[in-house]
Amino acid sequence: MRIVVAVKYVPDIHADRGFEGGRVVRRADEGTLNELDENAVEAALRLKEALPEAERETSEVIVLTVAGPDADGAVRRSYQLGADRGVRVSDDAIAGSDYFGTARVLAAAVRRLADEAPVDLVVTGMAALDGLGSVVPALLSAELDLPQLTLAGKLEVDGEPGARTARVTRELDGVEEVLEAPLPAVVSVTDHANDPRMPNFKLIMAARTRPVEAWSLADLGVDPALVGETGARSRVTDASPRPPRPDAEIVVDKGEGGRALAEFLIRNDLV
Amino acid sequence: MSTPGTRTVLVLLDSAGTELRSPVLELITVGRSLGRVEAVALEAPSVDVLAQLGAYGVALVRQAEPSSGGEVVTGDALHLTPVVAEVLAAATRASDADAVLLTSSFPNKEAAARLAFLTEAGLVIDASALTDGGTHLVADKRVFAGSWDVRSEIVTDPAVLTLRANSVVPQPAEVAVATEVGALRLELSPAATATRVVSRTVDESAGAGRPALGEAAIVVAGGRGTNGDFGPVTELADALGAAVGATRDAVYEGWHDQFVGQTGVTVAPRLYIGAGVSGAPHHRGGMQASQVIVAVNNDPECPLFEISDFAVVGDLADVLPQAAEVLREHRSSQG
Ligand SMILES: Cc1cc2nc3c(=O)[nH]c(=O)nc-3n(C[C@H](O)[C@H](O)[C@H](O)COP(=O)(O)OP(=O)(O)OC[C@H]3O[C@@H](n4cnc5c(N)ncnc54)[C@H](O)[C@@H]3O)c2cc1C
Repeated sequence: MRIVVAVKYVPDIHADRGFEGGRVVRRADEGTLNELDENAVEAALRLKEALPEAERETSEVIVLTVAGPDADGAVRRSYQLGADRGVRVSDDAIAGSDYFGTARVLAAAVRRLADEAPVDLVVTGMAALDGLGSVVPALLSAELDLPQLTLAGKLEVDGEPGARTARVTRELDGVEEVLEAPLPAVVSVTDHANDPRMPNFKLIMAARTRPVEAWSLADLGVDPALVGETGARSRVTDASPRPPRPDAEIVVDKGEGGRALAEFLIRNDLV
Repeated sequence: MSTPGTRTVLVLLDSAGTELRSPVLELITVGRSLGRVEAVALEAPSVDVLAQLGAYGVALVRQAEPSSGGEVVTGDALHLTPVVAEVLAAATRASDADAVLLTSSFPNKEAAARLAFLTEAGLVIDASALTDGGTHLVADKRVFAGSWDVRSEIVTDPAVLTLRANSVVPQPAEVAVATEVGALRLELSPAATATRVVSRTVDESAGAGRPALGEAAIVVAGGRGTNGDFGPVTELADALGAAVGATRDAVYEGWHDQFVGQTGVTVAPRLYIGAGVSGAPHHRGGMQASQVIVAVNNDPECPLFEISDFAVVGDLADVLPQAAEVLREHRSSQG
């Protein structure tokens, strides 16, 4: 089984973030593997580990990211967890891509991997904790023309090689669904799907020197005009930090705290 | 490209079979400020829905009748994201829409993305406002846990947007109209139905009698500090007519069913009250855009205080019931 896991390198959630000239500014030393993508890596590793030994040996978990070179950090983290191979697609023309540009490049890279040998499954996290659009998995499925099984709280794959089915359970807005599709398919998993493992010490040591394959748009045959700022369908015209909230009015409860709270709400017309 | 006030805006009706909830009425209200609004329904609109649409000035609702391989698609399969997207794409073409609006649920975000893919439209997820910039539509959005405001122009026609609940106050039209139902027939692509719905269960009891968490104007959330007793949280929520939310930790403990945050439900109500909630970044990301933030916590150093307008240092088991009682008294004194 060949599983491609799309991961993103994101600014640390505790770090300050902002905009400059319509683009998100991030500092290289503050990035991490998007926490929610650890669930995607974990899901892929578990599927591989559940295979019969002979098939497991020929199976591969390939981590794929579209980003600048600093994103190798995210790939290395995936190596520490047990990913077999890492690919980063970098190109100056990609900067400023919107959801569509990103999905287009990811899809082209998956297609190239599928040209080498069939790809059975593409797994992603439910959202990137920086942009939080949560739409790249759906777009990736549309680009690849593969069934989408997104926001899975539970993922199971069964059947024989070449005729496998993925089944997901998901719970959204008070609706519980069980969905099924033949592989290959695009799956996104939520943080309910599993508990990501801790990095493995031996793999940590090995990951330091493990190469990350770097591909360019030319390698993928993607027209640079269709991605990046030139290909974007919306453009940021204004970005401004919100004024900091004034300090909170703080009341220490000495028996009247609830009354003070209610009076604050009444005074401010909030009831 | 059309001039302001003359755009055609398409609105996806969630739950057309029962009644339209506030977020959908907000979409129609925003749509009317741009021009003519048409609606799309996946199921037959109820009498109540038709009356609501009429009051909101929507003259036409297109009821989808998709087929696949010549067979009419009904039931659970209608809710598959690719199916919703292809229905909306057909409606976009039929009405030559300039903008398509959906509420900001996870399934709708994905349907919006696929619709934008099919129609080569620009997409804004979780917008808080939409205006006509003349040449282009302009969307506002709050990002980075509510700490930045970003405005963007959608340079394509059509534009696809999901709009956050509580972005505007729903307003009926000045003049009501009689709403017509038109059939929207389309043949789905084979890929749209490649996923099979094994089962689909709608939990009707979730939030019974209370506003839905993602849509409510007031949210009371409980965290680990409740120690498993959500009684004080629901008591205050009832006194305020509020929705009840939780932190992820509280949901994982099994104390409540829905959590607010980056991986849970995003809320931006007029008033958010967090009780026994520390205010971790993952939680803040889902509530920081609330207009007024109130925190109740026995730890004076709790991070939620940093973004609060009003805070009580105290035990929530004492503070919340007292607040609820004062509010109930206030309400009855108001008649
Ligand atoms: C990938 C990822 C995604 C996540 N997504 C989310 C998300 O979407 N939403 C979310 O909420 N969390 C999310 N989390 C978890 C999040 O990081 C925090 O762990 C969680 O929000 C903390 O919940 P809490 O505030 O209830 O608990 P705690 O942090 O334990 O805080 C409990 C608070 O209660 C106070 N308290 C205790 N007793 C009382 C009392 N009697 N009266 C008043 N106050 C009291 C304490 O002082 C403390 O401040 C995510 C985590 C990860 C790793």
